[in-house]
Amino acid sequence: MVPILEVQDLHVSYSSSGGASQSALAGVSFQLMPKEILGVLGESGSGKSTIATSLLKLIPSNGNISRGSVFFEGKDLLRASAGELEQIRGKRISLVYQEPSVALHPTIRTGEQVFRVLAAHESAAKSTLRKKTQRVFASLFPEEADRISKSYPHQLSGGQQQRILIAQAIACGPSLLIADEPTASLDPTTQREILGVFRTLREELALAMIFITHNPALLAGFADRVMVLYGGRIAEMGPARTVLSSPKHPYTRALLQSMPQNLENDNNGRKTKLPVIAGDFSAAQVPREGCVFEPRCQERMEDCRKREPAPINLGECHTVCCFKYGG
Amino acid sequence: MEVETSLSGQGMQPLLKVEKLVKSYERKNIAGSREKLLALDGVSFAVAEGTTLAVVGESGSGKSTLGLCITCLESPTSGSIWFEGRDIVALAESERRRLRPQIQLIFQDPSNSLNPRWSLEEILLEPLTLQGGLKREETKQRAAALMAQVGLSSDMLQRLPAQLSGGQRQRLAIARALALEPKILILDEALSALDCSVQAQIANLLVELQRTLGMTYLFITHDLAMAAHIADEIAVMNRGRVAEQGPAQKVLRQPREQITRQLLAAMPSLEPAVRPPVES
Repeated sequence: MVPILEVQDLHVSYSSSGGASQSALAGVSFQLMPKEILGVLGESGSGKSTIATSLLKLIPSNGNISRGSVFFEGKDLLRASAGELEQIRGKRISLVYQEPSVALHPTIRTGEQVFRVLAAHESAAKSTLRKKTQRVFASLFPEEADRISKSYPHQLSGGQQQRILIAQAIACGPSLLIADEPTASLDPTTQREILGVFRTLREELALAMIFITHNPALLAGFADRVMVLYGGRIAEMGPARTVLSSPKHPYTRALLQSMPQNLENDNNGRKTKLPVIAGDFSAAQVPREGCVFEPRCQERMEDCRKREPAPINLGECHTVCCFKYGG
Repeated sequence: MEVETSLSGQGMQPLLKVEKLVKSYERKNIAGSREKLLALDGVSFAVAEGTTLAVVGESGSGKSTLGLCITCLESPTSGSIWFEGRDIVALAESERRRLRPQIQLIFQDPSNSLNPRWSLEEILLEPLTLQGGLKREETKQRAAALMAQVGLSSDMLQRLPAQLSGGQRQRLAIARALALEPKILILDEALSALDCSVQAQIANLLVELQRTLGMTYLFITHDLAMAAHIADEIAVMNRGRVAEQGPAQKVLRQPREQITRQLLAAMPSLEPAVRPPVES
């Protein structure tokens, strides 16, 4: 099978007002297969949102994509012209943002907001586009498509607003959807409902997806593959089941252990402490030699301080960047 | 509904007791006619001193309104809130003001609840100066002590909130809440905006403070796993009512109400055994 997206050695940095440059992504490479859901897992500052924006060249003006390539449908997006990118954004590759109440226009009816996306990309007659809008609404709101499309965003719940953003994203029939924390502001019941919507769309529209989140639990039973980002580098990548149930990288392991998992609190009311990752992320922001996780790593070795680990293949498309596994 | 709590058997005096609390909002629709919205519809529960009650529920179930009523930021339509044996709803404003420092609220997003132009020291000193009674030197010492209590270095006192990480900011918000030596902290989704590994750090801090200071928590959340970890008791809210309340383990292991089962089923979990795959 031919990958739908191929990212090679992506380097992105941001310059601050003082002129200092801060690296956000340092050599990220991955492929995405058609219909595949890739979960990108990372904490604030790991570079996970930069992946979403740099793939479409939507990074803020102080950002700089210094190296790498992003091949999508045979074209390197990083070298595409502004006109070419406009044809791709929202049409072939769509982005779904975190906060639906901010991403929607407050004084335009939701139906019109979806219609405008279609009108921006397709030159068909208005009536055809209206019908298409109705179809998109019918697929996302099987029961009350009409009422919802005539509503304003504030009249809808958070989950319904998120569905509108998804409607905008799929209206033009893209082949890749990038979702940046699309369920972070929703409660678990609604979260689960929206994950269900994504799964359905993947089946019905053969969509590939990059699903960015800081919550590993959302990816279990949802993503096909998981990429764990730390300090702008891929710490570990592999099938979701493998990475989430038997993580190999010390960071992934510590991260998963820090979550309250089972509903037990066995020791008779004596509250236990959760295992935590010592220190904080700021250590990873100081440029230095060696592994970026080394300052917080419980299993650091002599080598970790001296040079950066390269990806080690553990089989079944499972790679990990850690000297514990060789290199 | 029969409320089963650890209090009932022990004859202990609860620190906080809420009785038949009702809060209704009126909103005018575009045509000018009024609609009534019952955010709290007769909520009753009690929290014993030094324990944690987690209030869980979906968005819109009334959990945040509950926190606002208890901290006197909203006045309930009817019902009572007993704090140390006194009904704060019925108290005169002057008396209530004396009680209020003992009940502190911590918000979800520390970046929105800290003044961005104030140094950490100014943020910590504000409640102390407002309350009065301390000399300038004493307040400064107190600020440093508060920083230590939440695991922040007092070298950071001159920094601005923007120079802190999310976890450090939430630590600061907790330090500010502790400044007036409250008896109870109302934590409204206080961990939800933080990264998973940072959530664990702050949860540990809360457990530690409970152990050392005997702090009581009302932990409002939609995260059942964290509630199970941190709480002694859980109250499940649904449409402005407490659907079920009891010891945390019991409520989660043997849920009696449909809403609790629904919340458990929606709970994101790494264990496939606990969580069926998302249907497509």
